Amino acid sequence: MLISPTLAAAADGAHAVGSAPGWVLLIPMLPMLAVVLNTLAAVFRVRTKLPAWTTIACLAGSFVATLFAFMALSGQTSVVTAWSWFDLSWGTGQGQRFVADFGFYIDNLTLLWMLFVTGLATLIAVYASEYMEHDVGKGYTRFFVAFALFVFSMTCLVMGDNMLMLYLGWEGVGLCSYLLIGYFYKKPSAVAAAKKAFIVNRIGDLGLAIGVMLTFVHFGTLEYAQLFQSEQLQGYIAAVQEGRAGDVPLMAQLIAVFLMIGAFGKSAQFPLYVWLPDAMEGPTPVSALIHAATMVTAGVYLIARMLPVFLVSEWALPVVAWVGTFTALLAATIGMAQFDIKRIMAYSTVSQLGYMFAGVAMLSSVGGVYHVVTHAFFKALLFLCCGAVMHGFAGQLDLRKLSGLWHMKGWRVVSVGMLIGCLNLAGVPFTAGFFSKDMIIAEAFVTPGYGFSFLGWTLLFTAGLTAYYTFRVFFRVFTGPVQYEPGDEHHGHDNDHGHDHGHGDHAHDDHGHPSSESLGHQDHGHDHFHPHPPRFAINFVLATLSVLAILAAGLYFVTPEKHGWVGSMLESTTAHNVYTADHSAAAMFLIDEDAHAAHDTHADASHGDHAAHGSILGFDPHKVMYYISAIFGLTGIGLAAYLHGPKGLVSGFLGNRVEAGRCRMDAVAKAFDPIPRWAENKWYVDELYHFLFVRPLWVVAHVFHAIDKLFVDGLVNLFGYLPRLLGRGAQPGQSGVLNGYALSMAGGVGVILFIVVLVTL
Amino acid sequence: MTALLAQSGFPEAMTSLTLYHYLFISAVMFTLGLIGFVTRRNLIVMFLCTEMMFQASGIALVAFSRFYLEYTGQVFVIFVLTVAAAEAAMALALVVLLFRRHETLDGSVWSLLKG
Repeated sequence: MLISPTLAAAADGAHAVGSAPGWVLLIPMLPMLAVVLNTLAAVFRVRTKLPAWTTIACLAGSFVATLFAFMALSGQTSVVTAWSWFDLSWGTGQGQRFVADFGFYIDNLTLLWMLFVTGLATLIAVYASEYMEHDVGKGYTRFFVAFALFVFSMTCLVMGDNMLMLYLGWEGVGLCSYLLIGYFYKKPSAVAAAKKAFIVNRIGDLGLAIGVMLTFVHFGTLEYAQLFQSEQLQGYIAAVQEGRAGDVPLMAQLIAVFLMIGAFGKSAQFPLYVWLPDAMEGPTPVSALIHAATMVTAGVYLIARMLPVFLVSEWALPVVAWVGTFTALLAATIGMAQFDIKRIMAYSTVSQLGYMFAGVAMLSSVGGVYHVVTHAFFKALLFLCCGAVMHGFAGQLDLRKLSGLWHMKGWRVVSVGMLIGCLNLAGVPFTAGFFSKDMIIAEAFVTPGYGFSFLGWTLLFTAGLTAYYTFRVFFRVFTGPVQYEPGDEHHGHDNDHGHDHGHGDHAHDDHGHPSSESLGHQDHGHDHFHPHPPRFAINFVLATLSVLAILAAGLYFVTPEKHGWVGSMLESTTAHNVYTADHSAAAMFLIDEDAHAAHDTHADASHGDHAAHGSILGFDPHKVMYYISAIFGLTGIGLAAYLHGPKGLVSGFLGNRVEAGRCRMDAVAKAFDPIPRWAENKWYVDELYHFLFVRPLWVVAHVFHAIDKLFVDGLVNLFGYLPRLLGRGAQPGQSGVLNGYALSMAGGVGVILFIVVLVTL
Repeated sequence: MTALLAQSGFPEAMTSLTLYHYLFISAVMFTLGLIGFVTRRNLIVMFLCTEMMFQASGIALVAFSRFYLEYTGQVFVIFVLTVAAAEAAMALALVVLLFRRHETLDGSVWSLLKG
């Protein structure tokens, strides 16, 4: 029967597991070194920027080691073990030995992930060295300890050679995320956001934990190398592809389901996405690195890594595709109505993660992973630009209160970076985001089954919405008249922002900003506010990331026959899929087992070469998708320009906004009245969760608390109270009067005598 | 034993002055001491009252000793007297110390153990 390339590649890769050279261990160990050094810096109360330089040096070393590993080991699968971590056996039979080494599994998927994780981490550490400088001597060291620990955890997650290492890293990144969201721990909203992220992630992590346990129970190993070449797993995959899905035991199918729940939690997919927008309470470099580029893609990594396990279940991947698409649409609609630019980017991250999930789940792991890479660059860039704005305008993030940054002195690098990021996110033709998104959407039409073509149209529509909300931010904040109003952190991000960036220069009013009509100068009492444009470190990072985001498009043209560089990378890994080599296999896989399902248009596509392609309106999706998605993207941008664009854009035809706070959109929003308001309130999902889960649990908790208080505490208190009662009864006897004691003694003697006399008589 | 003692001119057992007379004296002394101890506040007086109760028991012991011609009781009284002398020295020293603390001999001042 038909064996898919996934299976063949997995088998090939597994048989050729070599051992990697020991220096590969530098990749995880250098970030760990940074953690140790920064902890020492904290112990010795270092009050300089030293922790930043330590972190940057170690992370850069880690990145260089990754580059060397990429050059030396690309295309192979190899394992290097640092030390033996768990080796337990309770018998000699199958599955009675539990082995989990502290080892690292290097293949192309791992290398791909580590390249952008360590590279971006280094760049963002450079950015953070300037961004966090108002906290030097206070939280600065703490920030970089958690930052480096995050990178270490991420290397464990991505490079671990068994699922326990993955779990370790998974929890480690969750912890660092919690610590960094709650970085401004004096701010109640930051603390609440950190708690929310941690608790929501708990639900997903429980799924992952159960998935890992089930994997061991069912397959008897957690090591990737053994798992992927186990005959049991191969047999299941073959069975599914031969249309005997019923032969696969339920437990094996449940593994994929539980892993999926874990992925949904960490990667903020519906219904567990609610923590990510709130996570923006953390410092912006954290939002860029953890909550946009790296950690949240861990779920995509999990599915790509465990793809063989997902193929065992006939409905796990379609569920992932539907959830991903729905999340993409939902988050995009919410993002359209937000006013906080960082929050818009957060919802856009949730939305783009939905695309990645849809891509991986539609057997286009190349598209999904390519989107992970491009998104990592341009979303980090967007976040860092928003961070620069926030940094410069004293925490102002409201797009109604900022305008015309493009025309302000010192903000050109930020503006250009933002424009490049927005073009990518909006999917404007010939940008990296355009190619990666197209690959995913095209695949929705190529891969028949389970209503994927409907998902394809939904994703296309969402792409239009994405373009709209992205350029809404750009047009509102960066174009138009120069107007701004500082945020409420005028005197500090965290209570006491030293006036060390030159905006404390009260003597020179409006120096350098002659045209600024600050909205809040009079109204809000922020006298003498000067936005301070970013300095070298931030501008350098933004420029580098802009270049990288542009260059990422070039990856698409490396080895085009394999759908770009990412395709050639994934070819030798377990994430390699039926998409690149053999579409008929994809069709077989999905159609044969579900032949009675009504996918008639594709039913004849199960054999043959090009006929196996699904189609969109009768065209080949791969070719026509460029045009269709370009139309959707440009329409979205045009709409944004019409509704939010500044006066004078395209000789007055588009855009008529003359002040920061008012534009054509206001009338439109009024016309559709309740809907934009509902969207701004996040469709009341938080309130719904509050009503469905938080409130009942709160009630139950209080009931149990009352029971505990009444019965358990009551019993304990009773035993404490009885002796006290007795003591209080006997207390008056202890009068402290010597004569009294003597009298009672005499009385006692008298009583005894009386009894003796009575008895002897 | 008794006959042997009588031959060697040792006095005979009491006849007219009976044991009960001695015991009565002892009981009266003890009771007086007790009443004094309970009613008085002066530490020295209270101490003297305890001495009185002490000696009351000594009288009873000597009386019984004589009554039963058993000398253990008398020997015991000698020991008791010795101990009482030592105890008197100590108790008076304590009283002096207590007096220095509060400049008074009132025993009711010392009521730290009041519950």
